[in-house]
Amino acid sequence: MTAVTARALIRTEAATGGRTRLETLRSDPPLTLRQTGPRRVHLVSTGAGPLRGDHLDLGVDVAPGTSLEVRSVGATLVLPGLADTPSVMVVRARVGAGATLHFSPEPTVLAAGCAHRLVVRLSLAEDATVFWREEIVFGRHGERPGRCHARFDATVAGRPLLRQDLLIGEEALDGSPAVYGDARCVGSALLAGPAWAPPAVPDVKRERRAVLGDGWAALPLAGPGVQVCALGADAVQLRERLRHGEQAAASAARPGG
Amino acid sequence: MNGEAALLLLADSRLPAGGHAHSGGVEEAVRRGAVTGTGDLARFLRGRLATAGLVTAALAAAACELAASETAAELWRRLDAEADARAASPAQREASRTQGRLLLRTARRLWPSAVLDTLARAVPEGPHHAVALGAAGASAGCAPRQAALTAAYTSVTGPATAAVRLLGLDPVTVHRLLADLAPAIEGAASAACASPGDAAGPTGWHALPGHSAPALDLLAEGHLTNPMKLFVS
Repeated sequence: MTAVTARALIRTEAATGGRTRLETLRSDPPLTLRQTGPRRVHLVSTGAGPLRGDHLDLGVDVAPGTSLEVRSVGATLVLPGLADTPSVMVVRARVGAGATLHFSPEPTVLAAGCAHRLVVRLSLAEDATVFWREEIVFGRHGERPGRCHARFDATVAGRPLLRQDLLIGEEALDGSPAVYGDARCVGSALLAGPAWAPPAVPDVKRERRAVLGDGWAALPLAGPGVQVCALGADAVQLRERLRHGEQAAASAARPGG
Repeated sequence: MNGEAALLLLADSRLPAGGHAHSGGVEEAVRRGAVTGTGDLARFLRGRLATAGLVTAALAAAACELAASETAAELWRRLDAEADARAASPAQREASRTQGRLLLRTARRLWPSAVLDTLARAVPEGPHHAVALGAAGASAGCAPRQAALTAAYTSVTGPATAAVRLLGLDPVTVHRLLADLAPAIEGAASAACASPGDAAGPTGWHALPGHSAPALDLLAEGHLTNPMKLFVS
């Protein structure tokens, strides 16, 4: 089987009356896109994988003043395959001034023997708003996960908001009470935008308080955003914990901020 | 002079810079029953080194390199903002700034330099610990790799010592864990100094490691709710 390279693109534009129009919806199997609402696109996986050696690239360009919601029909199952190189999934998203992006695909499941690289580059204009959820499941039921390196970079007007690497399937990290403990899933949600900007007090950095629950926390960032992080025994518990955190983060938003 | 003695001074737990007041999440892990003995502690330390340890080492090396060439306040603020972006937990940022502020104050008396004065002016609320450590290292005569090694080393020695106190563990057994980690500590320092991406210096900062540890974030926030705590973090 030969490795697959795919480049898909979603781009919005502002239509008359402040509405959003999908200017480009370019599928490239196995990255298949379907419009499922006026401002909503579902990612429909056609074909198994990704497998080792595959390189999938999804571009999301949300034009100023428009809004877009991206979801997926099912979970992504990352499989081993024969190649020596890892499978790669890159998502590049740009959210323009006053635009809103909601990105919440179903979980990524790391099957035994996989080697996966997940890269997210999210760049926000000064007053853009985003909800971005990411869930990673360590193997199918009763299975040891393959390896994964996920990197997440979010910037606001070029300034760093959040830069994180997650490594899964590494001996030093798996089962460490400092990293995942006995969890089998890890997830996060980033809620960012002017509504979560820290109060501007010059020369004073008073950290805002986190909201802490059972296996989750809503963490106000140094910049305009809150990250919900959660650990779970399974995908259902993980989602439940993320939802609690997302509610806490949403209620921390300043109206009209 | 090659910075060796300076390195020892900087990494010494007797350096009066307040490092002993922090358990790096161990106190909360003990309270929650996630660390109960040396087996758990070994896994805790290894995971901490590979995440928080690597990130502080990389930032410390970048700060040390910056201090050798540059005294512009703007660049110090930018590097400190890169440290902010790698710490989602406000409790962790606060603990890092508390340690950074104390270390910078101590370093300015031990190794007075224009660079440390600039850093103090550039980040008046106190720089992140890794940034202060790299700048202090440069002023003491350390190379970036030595600053990274100090950061990696102290990312596990402080928590290990705290665990001895909190769990009444045998100090020699716990130090054996640290001895076993020696290759991983050197490995983290090397990884921290590997030029990220294709650019060195400020243009490569965006690509510096950001290895996160969700459990450490949850522990750091949980620690704030402990009314009986012995350690600041």
